[in-house]
Amino acid sequence: MDESSRNDDMKLELRLAPPGAEQQQQHWGLINGIRTTTKRDESSVLSLGYFPHATITTKGSPSSTTTSSSQAAALPLHNNADKKVFSPSSANTAVPNTSQKRTAPGPVVGWPPIRSFRKNLANSSSSSKPPPPPPEHHNKDYGGGGGKGMFVKINMDGVPIGRKVDLNAYDSYENLSNAVDQLFRGLLAAQRDSSGGGVNKLQEEEKVITGLLDGSGEYTLVYEDNEGDRMLVGDVPWHMFVSTVKRLRVLKSSELSAFTQLLVLFSVGGKQEKDAT
Amino acid sequence: MTHSGSSLPDLPNCTSTAAPMSEIRSPPPDRVLEIVLENVLHFLTCRRDRNAASLVCRSWCRAEALTRSDLFIGNCYAVSPHRATSRFRRVRSLTVKGKPRFADFDLLPLNWGAHFSPWGSALADAYPWLEKLHLKRMSLTDDDLNLIARSFPSFKELVLVCCEGFGIAGIAAVAANCRLLRVLDLVESVVEDADEDEEVMDWISCFPDGETHLESLVFECVECPVNFEALERLVARSPYLKKLRLNHYVSIPQLYRLMHRAPQLTHLGTGSFCASDDVAVGDQELDYSSAFAACKSLVCLSGFRDILPDYLPAIYPACANLTSLNLSYADVNADQLKPVILQCHKLQTLWVLDSICDEGLQAVAATCKDLRELRVFPGNTREEAEGPVSEVGLEVISQGCRKLQSILFFCQRMTNAAVIAMSKNCPDLVVFRLCIIGRYRPDPETHEPMDDGFGAIVMNCKKLTRLAVSGLLTDQAFRYIGMYGKLLRTLSVAFAGDSDQGLKYVLEGCPNLQKLEIRDSPFGDAALHSGLHHFYNMRFLWMSTCKLTRQGCQEIARALPHLALEVIDSQEDKADDHIEILYMYRSLDRPRNDAPKCVTILQ
Repeated sequence: MDESSRNDDMKLELRLAPPGAEQQQQHWGLINGIRTTTKRDESSVLSLGYFPHATITTKGSPSSTTTSSSQAAALPLHNNADKKVFSPSSANTAVPNTSQKRTAPGPVVGWPPIRSFRKNLANSSSSSKPPPPPPEHHNKDYGGGGGKGMFVKINMDGVPIGRKVDLNAYDSYENLSNAVDQLFRGLLAAQRDSSGGGVNKLQEEEKVITGLLDGSGEYTLVYEDNEGDRMLVGDVPWHMFVSTVKRLRVLKSSELSAFTQLLVLFSVGGKQEKDAT
Repeated sequence: MTHSGSSLPDLPNCTSTAAPMSEIRSPPPDRVLEIVLENVLHFLTCRRDRNAASLVCRSWCRAEALTRSDLFIGNCYAVSPHRATSRFRRVRSLTVKGKPRFADFDLLPLNWGAHFSPWGSALADAYPWLEKLHLKRMSLTDDDLNLIARSFPSFKELVLVCCEGFGIAGIAAVAANCRLLRVLDLVESVVEDADEDEEVMDWISCFPDGETHLESLVFECVECPVNFEALERLVARSPYLKKLRLNHYVSIPQLYRLMHRAPQLTHLGTGSFCASDDVAVGDQELDYSSAFAACKSLVCLSGFRDILPDYLPAIYPACANLTSLNLSYADVNADQLKPVILQCHKLQTLWVLDSICDEGLQAVAATCKDLRELRVFPGNTREEAEGPVSEVGLEVISQGCRKLQSILFFCQRMTNAAVIAMSKNCPDLVVFRLCIIGRYRPDPETHEPMDDGFGAIVMNCKKLTRLAVSGLLTDQAFRYIGMYGKLLRTLSVAFAGDSDQGLKYVLEGCPNLQKLEIRDSPFGDAALHSGLHHFYNMRFLWMSTCKLTRQGCQEIARALPHLALEVIDSQEDKADDHIEILYMYRSLDRPRNDAPKCVTILQ
């Protein structure tokens, strides 16, 4: 028993390799063929959430080979190297007729595998959450206050099912904008796909929804206030916004009235001019 | 039941002897054995045993079918409602599961299917005595709930997990009409509330007056305010209520009142665990811990949806008896957790956010020696170099919680050493799910793939039935799984492997595999082909963003006629043959006709 368990340990602690290859480094070295000697950065290649493939061109065996020698895949970093070489096959996980673009770094549909309500929770919480400000309660309550949640409905063009956001979870327009991106990115991609002939494919990274506040993106964030007026999000100080907002909408920027589009651009353009001069 | 003294089935003219009650005729001889069998089979409760019994012979199959009262349908499309209700005539409790799990992560188009309606109408016809209905990942409408509410006078139990498509009106119908209702559990379901301009329906008031039979009321996922006065009255007139899980619209002072009304509670979901707006913290503070002291039977606590950590000490009186604690919605750090966890000696189940850090996990390991299930959820889902929990936390848990059976662990970094340690320290592991959020991430210390760690898990944890892998993985990892994962039933793979060989190892090596979900991995047609001998034994196979072609799938479909291969693609005309998603499952009936346009079913 001891012998076999020790053998097991050995098997586990030493890298298993084809017979004859004693040291793991040699093993990987043999089939790698590609090793760089650049110095290793302090920071991990994988920080900033960049898709590692973005920085690596695929070399070595083509994806069609399946022999073990093509296991240039997933190689460990050599101690002196920081460049990882991944198997072409793993870089080819996208459908081949799309280019092997790993353009936008950042999150992918459905990753990490947690449900969307946890995701929203996750990204809006921080270890030093400020105490919630007493908000105006918009929800129809029956006696007694509800929890501190200040939920307003938010709908997005092109997505039939609306959602709700808890404005108390954010303290700035930027955080709200990020949250809206998180909320709808996946739904939008799914919606495009289910309608068929969509531009985006399910396995591509979802398009990050940016430029919600400054008119630069495909979508713009607007809201309806307590007087029923539609306003651009971002015009008034945050706490004032929170106290007057009734519901949110994410509209296609192209569908904003020409006048509104000008308004948005002017409010951003002004700042840009200032920076330029 | 009387019968002639002889039990020989081949007596030609079997007339009854003088029976004490002349109106009871003896059953025909060929039915005698069946009736005896039926009486015996009543004692079989496990469905796997029943399945085995039904295979003995036709007579046993019939008898078993007549005596099965709990019917479990693992895939709503594997069998038509008609077929199920025709075979099993006396079902009192039904479980149906619909969408594959990856639907939870937005990988399936919204209108994919799993509609309850066809089941609803079949059930209403076939089982008017139906008492229990458990649905998971099904799409059901208010009309469906109305049908349920009105079709089954003995209805006692409704459990909806990860379902969607219905709203408050449907719930209200159930509350109002199911007079014998004992269990109404809405878990992680999307409940669509009314339009903003309409009044939110007060479903709590729809429960009939008088004493209720309610034992369990779970509505954490219902995103609507509730009528608190009505809720309080409901709780007060529900003496059998043991499980109560509130949504976050219930504040802590309201919780206080409810707990004093229901001191017999065993399972409590605390709602927001936060003061309402008009009461500032510290103002007229109620002694919340008295409520927890009053509920002496509490064993399970959850909720804490909007928790102010200042209130956490209120639960101290309950800690010593707690076997289950879910803080996974609560952003608490290690210092806030410790005073709580250090009192939870009996804890068996713990769900937390990684905000507790490795330090918090250390405290858990030090105290919770009886821990069976641990889930650590991520507070931040971006792929980053470091996170609050790591291999340090995993290793510490493995050293302190030797009885661990199930773990789900999200982290940004993990080492093979820590995973190997867990495989040795926790031999009872049945479920091992590790999610390293950074894709393709190797061991940060050795820079090797994570093959050895997962290899150790399958090798050392001999009871393992469920595994989810992550990090940088080569085909070697799958070789280990195929070699040692003999009891494996569920396997989840993402962004892993090098070649077809990886999947081949698994399909050839794991005889008990039932559920296989793979995404973004380089496995193609040849790999899929290697599983032909096994696919009829599986509940489903999911492969998305792999290297499958339509041609390859078509060949499988031709080879196995009872397999439904759903190819889900967003584009119709494509230059090449590659597909985005394959969802494949065995099915006794013709392909479904309720699929959206983007789904093609190969057969």
